[in-house]
Amino acid sequence: MAATTQTPPDALGTSRARQAQRRNTRRDTRAALLFISPWLVGFLVLTLWPVLYSGYLSLTDYDVFNAPNFVGLENYRTLFSDETARLAIGNTFYFAIIQVPLQVLVSLALALLLNQAGRSSGFFRTAFFLPRMTPPVAIGVLLLLLFNGQSGLINRVLGLVGIDGPAWTTDPNWIKPGLILMSLWSVGSSVIILLAALRNVPAELYDSAKVDGANFWQKTTLITVPMISGALFFVFIINSIDALQSFTEAYTAYFGSGNTTYSNDAALFYSIYLFREAFEFLNMGYASALAWVLFVIILVITLVQLRVSKRFVYYEGEQR
Amino acid sequence: MKRAPWRWSALTVAAGLALTGCASGTGSEASDETEFDSAADVSGELSIMGFGAGDEIGEVRLDEAKAAMPDVDVQLVEGDLDIQQFLSAVAAGDPPEIVYANRDQIGTFASRGAIVPLDSCIEGEGIDTSQYRESALNQVTFDDQVYGIPEFNGIIVTMANANLLSAAGLTIEDVNGSDWDAMTAATQAMTVGNGGSLQTIGVDSKLPEFLPLWAKANGVDLLSEDGRTANVNDPKVVEALEWAVDIYDRQGGFSAVKAYRDTADFFGAENQFATNTLGAMPMEHWYINVLNENSPTAPMAFDTVKDREGNTLSYATGSAWAIPADSANPEAACRLMKVITQTDSWLKAAQARVDLRAESGQLFTGLLTGNQDADEQIREMVPADAPEPWISAINAMYEANDAAFSLPANPADAEFKTAWQDAVNRVLNGQASAQESLDQGQQEAQDALDEAWATWDDEQG
Repeated sequence: MAATTQTPPDALGTSRARQAQRRNTRRDTRAALLFISPWLVGFLVLTLWPVLYSGYLSLTDYDVFNAPNFVGLENYRTLFSDETARLAIGNTFYFAIIQVPLQVLVSLALALLLNQAGRSSGFFRTAFFLPRMTPPVAIGVLLLLLFNGQSGLINRVLGLVGIDGPAWTTDPNWIKPGLILMSLWSVGSSVIILLAALRNVPAELYDSAKVDGANFWQKTTLITVPMISGALFFVFIINSIDALQSFTEAYTAYFGSGNTTYSNDAALFYSIYLFREAFEFLNMGYASALAWVLFVIILVITLVQLRVSKRFVYYEGEQR
Repeated sequence: MKRAPWRWSALTVAAGLALTGCASGTGSEASDETEFDSAADVSGELSIMGFGAGDEIGEVRLDEAKAAMPDVDVQLVEGDLDIQQFLSAVAAGDPPEIVYANRDQIGTFASRGAIVPLDSCIEGEGIDTSQYRESALNQVTFDDQVYGIPEFNGIIVTMANANLLSAAGLTIEDVNGSDWDAMTAATQAMTVGNGGSLQTIGVDSKLPEFLPLWAKANGVDLLSEDGRTANVNDPKVVEALEWAVDIYDRQGGFSAVKAYRDTADFFGAENQFATNTLGAMPMEHWYINVLNENSPTAPMAFDTVKDREGNTLSYATGSAWAIPADSANPEAACRLMKVITQTDSWLKAAQARVDLRAESGQLFTGLLTGNQDADEQIREMVPADAPEPWISAINAMYEANDAAFSLPANPADAEFKTAWQDAVNRVLNGQASAQESLDQGQQEAQDALDEAWATWDDEQG
């Protein structure tokens, strides 16, 4: 008599249940993949593939017209001894280091004001956000008009208080400050994000603080800022990435349609240098290497910010 | 389960590497099967990139070309040549059948095999290249082969405000470049205000763009005739730059002058000449039409630009037709460039403009086509009784056209241009002296030229 092993009824039931669960999971996975497939295809074809391809191109000498010629790390070696690249990196960091904190501070100040605006906040919200809708190219042209050293609105206003404004658009020392100030034109989106965060701060906290006799400054620094630190961090990180990739406004004003021949080294941001190498000088391989170095720079900065944020950022519901 | 992400990553990287293996350019091979024959019918599609037939001069000539090729479906990709768009089309293996580019781009495109030599096209279609202006043809001739069919000639003339000149006791000869000391003195005489309080710009030497003009006026070209050697820091170029920058310095510096000139209504009725806020400047000839249309009563005076010996000279620019390496219809492309640049087409286009001008009561001021025969015949269409100062403008324009020079085609034109323009800008921005900056510019320009020519020479064996 052959020995047979009988599966206990409970174990059989458990096994069937697991199989059914796995089937359900697979079905759900397939359905999910099907639903996100348009995005997935777009991501693979329009993002991942170009990223990988540019990585390959960064190891080649490539001018689009002829087949890429593999040169190993030559482009990276050239990059690290390229004085123009160093200048562009310096300009970009100068811009980012001042522009990002300024953008966050101005956004926070405006958001705090809007938060006090009561019924009219809707109007002001729209008013602050509208400039964000201006195309960056238009902002570049606007910069040349507003900051014109001779007759620009900025210098006229400064003139009203007895200040002889600088040549913002031609003096190398004032080019970047002008660009930084102009970047505040599109502060609207950050304001909206911070305002939304402000609206979520529990009113009880302010009531308690009021009972304790806290003033506006104390309430802002001890309640508001910690409570919206998640949103502040988000705005900070997004603006950092944006600033390090800054291109259109400066290119339009100093290298593109605003000035076809006059340019200024002070406005040569890294992305502009990259663009010129790729599309003006047709050094697509070198431009790809520049792009990858920028990617690494942004990645490192973002990781550092994420690391540092753990000490300062409070997320509601987070357990520590 | 944890291995899944790794599998996906490996698959993605493998796919990427496999696909990168497929990467290739268009190469530089022209089809050997292409036969150009002026007697043969052409057909198929013809996509044109970079040509905006936006006015009667473009429309009439394009219609002429279409009429000469009734079986060809001509499609325009509107607007100026967008390099990104062109590169994308080339990279995708789907270039347009014909491109319309600036002449100074031709050398770069040719050296990279993006466009084909036109020898067989010129021979097969019987295109008479002697009809084109020498300076124009030089710009599209790379390493002794013609790569483009030129059209239009943009030249430079001296434009001045006659009232400001006479008020300062000056004449147009004082600002036409023949005597640099006189031009400097005229700058001081006509300038009102200084720096931030500038109210009238005495003379605008039009830097950085016109450095090649002032260098030539001082007896030297920025680039050798064979396009291989940069002369950016030649002592005569240094002298020319120092003088042209000094023109700005005497008015409070380039920053002040640029800021002030940027505020002008350049294309409107309240332009800087009409409002007496600019004494004189060298300027491209198309601006004569702008002034004539928008401020016909402005107190203008015109002359050619002179070199320091008093001879007329002008720096010429323009456009050109070229056939991309992988053009699907080179025969039709060649036919189009022949018809659209031939004398008859230009004459018809000019007549259309004459008629339009007459309808609107405006003066026909001539047309510089890049085609010598057409230029001569079109000049006859200009009314003999054209009033002053416009007849002087037209005469100056045609005289300058006969004395135009251009920089030769070379494989690194964009880098070369950037090198000398950046050098000028460093001086204008006060970042370096003329000598230091031009030395740096020379190094950058020569490095770019050497690298590009070395690549070309290697390819040619």
